[in-house]
Amino acid sequence: METKLIEDKAKEIRREIIKMLGEAKSGHPGGSLSGADIIAALYYKEMKIDSTKPNWEERDRFILSKGHAAPLLYSVLAIKGYFEIDVLKTLRKTGSILQGHPDMNKVPGVEMSTGSLGQGFSTAVGMALSFKVYNKDNRVYALLGDGECQEGIVWEAAMAASHYDLDNLVAILDNNGLQIDGKCSEVMCLGSLRNKWRSFGFHVIEVDGHNIPQILSALDEARTIKGRPTLILAKTIKGKGVSFMEDRAEWHGAAPSMEQVALALEELK
Amino acid sequence: MEQIATRDAYGKALKELGLSNDDIIVLDADLSKSTKTAEFQKVNPKHFINIGIAEQNLMGVAAGIAATGKIPFASTFAMFATGRAFEIIRNSIAYPNLNVKIVATHSGVTVGEDGGSHAAIEDISLMRSVPNMTVIVPADGVETEKVIKKIVEYKGPVYVRLGRSKVPVLYDDSYEFEIGKFSTLKVGSDVTIIACGIMVSKALEAADLLKEKGIKAEVINASTIKPFDDYSLLESVKKTKCVVTVEEHNIYGGLGSAVAEVLCQNYPVPLEMVGVMDVFGESGAPEELLEKFKLTTREIVKKVELVLKRK
Ligand SMILES: Cc1ncc(C[n+]2csc(CCOP(=O)(O)OP(=O)(O)O)c2C)c(N)n1
Ligand SMILES: [Mg+2]
Repeated sequence: METKLIEDKAKEIRREIIKMLGEAKSGHPGGSLSGADIIAALYYKEMKIDSTKPNWEERDRFILSKGHAAPLLYSVLAIKGYFEIDVLKTLRKTGSILQGHPDMNKVPGVEMSTGSLGQGFSTAVGMALSFKVYNKDNRVYALLGDGECQEGIVWEAAMAASHYDLDNLVAILDNNGLQIDGKCSEVMCLGSLRNKWRSFGFHVIEVDGHNIPQILSALDEARTIKGRPTLILAKTIKGKGVSFMEDRAEWHGAAPSMEQVALALEELK
Repeated sequence: MEQIATRDAYGKALKELGLSNDDIIVLDADLSKSTKTAEFQKVNPKHFINIGIAEQNLMGVAAGIAATGKIPFASTFAMFATGRAFEIIRNSIAYPNLNVKIVATHSGVTVGEDGGSHAAIEDISLMRSVPNMTVIVPADGVETEKVIKKIVEYKGPVYVRLGRSKVPVLYDDSYEFEIGKFSTLKVGSDVTIIACGIMVSKALEAADLLKEKGIKAEVINASTIKPFDDYSLLESVKKTKCVVTVEEHNIYGGLGSAVAEVLCQNYPVPLEMVGVMDVFGESGAPEELLEKFKLTTREIVKKVELVLKRK
């Protein structure tokens, strides 16, 4: 039941991403689509949130560290009711609250302004640390790209997260294997992400990032881990759900034409 | 009028250099298709290095390459080059005075739809404040090509600021660019309009509109922001007795500030600034954003009329 609901929401999110990017005529479909199942699991099961109270103190926090996947975050927030769904049509247009990269002062539900890779994760560590200092039980979730892990600040933040025993922090790595200039392994090889995060003190759980039960059980497991942060290494397909976009670097930052939008929506029925 | 983005001209110049100069190594940080360094990679793949999404390391590695006597070009967006990697540029490139050419694209609000997180409006200010650094902001595609070839001959750190969007071609091939020398595009005696980058073409348009109103504007392209061409500026203002500065950059720390520094110390005259009024960029179509941030021909004309009243 629960799985079915989340799967349906993930599909709805994907449809909104495609429509939004078609309207905007620019933006990032690949990395938005690859995170749809993860974000659906977070917003429809895992996180303590209330869309009618975006500033509720008790809420958990989600930080889109890979800020270029803004359409992913905007669509789940709109579907959840943080703002009117029609606003999605204004993505990237002059005067819109929906900037090319998320702006926390413009959009209800956006917890941090991101877009410069690596920095979102660092701020997520800061939030988790603050909750620890003040004995709050809010949890913090951050979605990172694999290319993003080439930034030094990611590892500086990871070091701090484990040094301060941030078991209220869950980093989720959208491991789609691609960045802008091609495959991560060819542009700048990341080696074993599992071993890297482990050696930085994280509890690492590997999942298929398009398998809802696996994502949910990893999130459950993370709650049981005490004294250290968790990294969910989610194997994903960039452009997932739209056949002509899947696993293709050229769909990182190119918007679909209206014909391509129609084709994609047909596939996402 | 023919239009070409300065980043495209950069790609073209690099391609030629890739075929002719064995001392050049080009580095990028996962944006080679956008910065156009991919053009160099096509012709000289062995001398192209993609460092991944790691701008600090991009600058450090470039410094190391320069220390071996070679000429590295390091490219990414202006935000990440001068912002993320500022202190590496300062301490590993400028402080040891190494021969690194930092050529950054997607500067200013005309980065467009990506929005404020990507629109560098501080980069001139940052780079200008670092000793040893030369700062160049080409006005069009032709000047960009000339600049790129010229800085290969010059020894020392250089920052070149390029844009994403297409801009009118102002120069023809006979133009000779010299580091540290402004180029006067229009001679006039009533007001000096000094501009850089994509705003130079708007300054020229403004001068045409002013001419209809009987105002003779002198238009200077301040393509080298540092070392600043004090002489050319002072010669012009001694004649016109007032200045309007025009830049696609924060009014704090950029061309306007550089002009004010020189004038206040040498020849104080009324000055008005056209630029980004200390606010962040936003998402939108580049042309719409130029309107929104008042980086327009109309605004230049308005500021000229204002400054003339203050003479
Ligand atoms: C500091 C910084 N450098 C460069 C960029 C430009 N950029 C945007 S997305 C991207 C590639 C990201 O790849 P990845 O993290 O794997 O994201 P995904 O594949 O999930 O889209 C780059 C280089 C940026 N936004 N921030
Ligand atoms: Mg990726």
